[in-house]
Amino acid sequence: MTDVAARPVTTIYRKPRSETGLWSWITTVDHKRIGTMYGYAAFFFFLLGGIEALLLRVHLAQANSEFLTAGAYNSLFTMHGTTMIFLFVMPASAAFFNYLLPLQLGARDVAFPRLNALSWWVFFFGAIFLYSSFIFGTAFAPMTPDGVTGNIPINGGPGAFDFLASSPNGGWFGYQPHAGPFYSTGTAMDYWSMGLQILGLASLISSVNFIVTVFNMRAKGMRLLRMPVFAWMTTVVAFLMLFSLPIIAVALFMATFDRQFGSTFFQATNGGDPILWQHLFWLFGHPEVYILILPAMGIVSEVIPTFSRKPLFGYSAVVFAGAAIAFLGFGVWAHHMFASGISPVAQAAFGLATMTIAVPTGIKIFNWLGTIWLGKIKFTTPMLFSIGFVAMFVIGGLSGVTHAVVPSDWQQTDTYYIVAHFHYVLFGGAIFGLFSGLYYWYPKLRGRMMNERLGKLHFWLMLIGMNLTFAPMHWLGLQGMVRRTWKYPEEAGLQTWNQVETVGAFIIALSILVFMYNWWRSKTHGEPSGLDPWDARTIEWMTPNPTPEYNFAVPPVVESLDDFWRRKYAEDEEGRAVRRPEADQVIAELEEIGNNPPQPIHLPNPSYFPFLVGLGITIISYGIIYHTTAWGKALIVGGALLTMASFIGWGIEPLEDEPEDHTPEHLEPAEAL
Amino acid sequence: MRSRLRSLRLAGLVFLALALSACQLIAPDVEDAPLNSLDPQGPFARQIDSLFWPVFWIAAGIFVFVQLAIIVAVFLFRDRPGRKEPKQIHGNAKLEVIWTVIPALILATIAVPTVRTVFDLTECAPDSMRIEVIAHQWWFEFRYSNIEGMPAGAEIETANTMVIPADEEVCAVLQSEDVVHNFWVPKLHGKRYLVPGQENLLRLQADEPGTYYAHCAEFCGLSHSLMRAQVEAVPREEFEAWIARQLQPAAIPDEGTPAWDGLQVFQSAGCVQCHTVDFEDNDQNIPDNIIPREAFNGPNLTHFADQYRTHFAGAVLPEHGEDFETALKRWLADPPSVKPGSYMPDLGLTEADIDNLIAWLRTLE
Repeated sequence: MTDVAARPVTTIYRKPRSETGLWSWITTVDHKRIGTMYGYAAFFFFLLGGIEALLLRVHLAQANSEFLTAGAYNSLFTMHGTTMIFLFVMPASAAFFNYLLPLQLGARDVAFPRLNALSWWVFFFGAIFLYSSFIFGTAFAPMTPDGVTGNIPINGGPGAFDFLASSPNGGWFGYQPHAGPFYSTGTAMDYWSMGLQILGLASLISSVNFIVTVFNMRAKGMRLLRMPVFAWMTTVVAFLMLFSLPIIAVALFMATFDRQFGSTFFQATNGGDPILWQHLFWLFGHPEVYILILPAMGIVSEVIPTFSRKPLFGYSAVVFAGAAIAFLGFGVWAHHMFASGISPVAQAAFGLATMTIAVPTGIKIFNWLGTIWLGKIKFTTPMLFSIGFVAMFVIGGLSGVTHAVVPSDWQQTDTYYIVAHFHYVLFGGAIFGLFSGLYYWYPKLRGRMMNERLGKLHFWLMLIGMNLTFAPMHWLGLQGMVRRTWKYPEEAGLQTWNQVETVGAFIIALSILVFMYNWWRSKTHGEPSGLDPWDARTIEWMTPNPTPEYNFAVPPVVESLDDFWRRKYAEDEEGRAVRRPEADQVIAELEEIGNNPPQPIHLPNPSYFPFLVGLGITIISYGIIYHTTAWGKALIVGGALLTMASFIGWGIEPLEDEPEDHTPEHLEPAEAL
Repeated sequence: MRSRLRSLRLAGLVFLALALSACQLIAPDVEDAPLNSLDPQGPFARQIDSLFWPVFWIAAGIFVFVQLAIIVAVFLFRDRPGRKEPKQIHGNAKLEVIWTVIPALILATIAVPTVRTVFDLTECAPDSMRIEVIAHQWWFEFRYSNIEGMPAGAEIETANTMVIPADEEVCAVLQSEDVVHNFWVPKLHGKRYLVPGQENLLRLQADEPGTYYAHCAEFCGLSHSLMRAQVEAVPREEFEAWIARQLQPAAIPDEGTPAWDGLQVFQSAGCVQCHTVDFEDNDQNIPDNIIPREAFNGPNLTHFADQYRTHFAGAVLPEHGEDFETALKRWLADPPSVKPGSYMPDLGLTEADIDNLIAWLRTLE
């Protein structure tokens, strides 16, 4: 550790130097620290989104419930969806991308470390911006296009928690014109549209960064088809974000213009087209589903081979299936709109396109099954979560096929059947995958293992809890429980299963508490992991744990897929794995060298400009919401000045210092951009 | 021993999931649910239903196959003492082809009836009766015109209850006055959006006379969950009789009766800002057609007490088991406390006002 080259500080302006403490986190450009911050922030919002879900579940446990006001209920389901998608699953995936992608590629950092920090800070401020609507937002009852509000009450109806009703309340999908200026007066939906705009920017920036990293920073010998599947899925997701986020950016700008500057893109009363919003939203929104699930599929594709002690069955099929899912994912958006009145030709075409996605998805499932088949399965916590992923995701996938059957979807759309479907995909899928990854890679973060007993308790509670919560939604939906419903009548016969769901939701909450305790306790009490706790296959395990700041003391040279495994295991004539006699020696050497770099390593300088740019953009966004006031205009100007000044500072700040000893042999492949 | 227990637990759990899915088929209250989409009562809903079940069983088969494969693998290939390291199998091209082609074939099989049904169920029959359905925040309006037995230019407007002849195809012409709504009568057909500035068509047909429940299915604001409706299918002759009744204007109550006082409240308290009543010609200085509608469109009340209009306020009131009059009192006293955000404000009516209003509204048969 001591051999990290000291950073000279003799430049014309003051540069950040802290290596510990708050300031070091604000200025860091280390992909691992950024990944860690993404992870903690995502988990924090997972808890908030979870609390919102629990409030909704308590409310729905009773027919005709008035536990929450209608206003609070609408805000909570809007923020639950928005939070879980944009503030939890996406940043949690970003945490894994950040932390692992350079490690899996054998690189020292991502291609653009400061840009990476910018993604994080833009996300951070965007998330705060969105949640500040709980404090600053206002939601008033509707007015007509002529601006008449009459003496309509502004409260959210009978019930409690009405103070929550001032946050965004138009649904995570923000359908127009309901979310437009005439029907969502107040500022709540402005916070939503501007907030998502900022968050989308963060993801767009990181997508560029990851793509460049993958194409330029791979270790020597790591051809594209030698990359770990997780790195592949990162690449696919980065492309998905690159192509889909501009669409929602445009749509959100149009919505913001409608709300703030009197345009009428989506306002039917003034000649706009509400269905246009739906097309734009889902043209982004469906690829977004794959943005959420493919990272988890990548994680599962790493965990299952490791604990089956077999290579991933059909590696290239899994990779290409992932790419195919992403590609097809751009051609199916209108299956969210089968009831919208699009022509039967369009309905048939989008129905068929949706069915085709089941094929590559099935390929993945069968290849995971092929991987555990004939394996020597070790049921560690990460493996349990990965198997749970496969089992639960299949349910979500199959109910997804019933939506491709268009007439069937006419009955199911906008009911709890859909809610069941995407919770099996996103909870049983994405969240199980993410937890699998957390348990699996925890040693890389701390150098210790998480407790297996608690981990398994977490798994079983969560599996039981999620099935109790989400399985009944299937038949509740078919039985006629519509979505986003504040009240359902007693005679609808829906109450019993709703109560079961509420119990299930609290079991999930309990499982999360077990996880949090385990995470916190393992930091100090976990067993030391050593370099290779799982007998892993991929090269991120070829550096000591916790990961040193410079990742690899000597950049690895890769000769095959699963290169670390190859260094430890040969195959006998039957094809069975045989541990090489020198395997332990290999690991010991990696540990030794990894902690004692033979030569000084130059790392990118920390910078506070990404933080300031993120802050500036957010200040502008506040200004836009209040642009009619003088102080709103001042915020726009002030934010713009801060952003510009920070960009200039960024531009003239050297990424790396020019030390005297920077001779060519120090230029490691990973740094040789 | 412990490890076997754990496998048993996993197996048990998967079968619990299977059992839960089975509940879907046998849950007793499913049949009674007013919005049960698995209880088709007309040809269109039945056609959807007969498409859903084969797909469901195929999906269930795949579900059982995959879950069993997982369970078997977990049992057979778990790490036991003495178990040899596995063969390092990297894949199998033949298997890849098999599990690409077979799902594709299954999907192709599903695709054919899917596409056919889409085209079958979309276009209204050219000679079917057209009824306009207009969505408002948060109630459905139904307009009848150009229907056999109606004079040219006449129009019937009703709210919350759509009366249709049984065993005949009706073409609902869906529109919205404000935001996007979604009209759903699960026992008669699937959903269709009501979009401002656009007309969508939905075919409806009920085999038998009866009440079929409807609900707005697209999130449309504060009282989305309270935007319901009923489709009342009646025999042909009753339908014609109903049309004839609807064409009658409202009678003016006798002066000095509570109903007369109620009419005065209606005219003075602000109700006429939004509500319409078509009155008979009279010499009591009451306009024969109040259409002010300055701010918002409210339901036409000419036949508020019609025998089929058993519910009001977006078909939310009276609640199950509640007396019609009690519900109406509750509603008139403070509408937003029943339907949050309701465009009908609390007009500060006295109890006497409310009683009189109800007396008058009762006359609007």
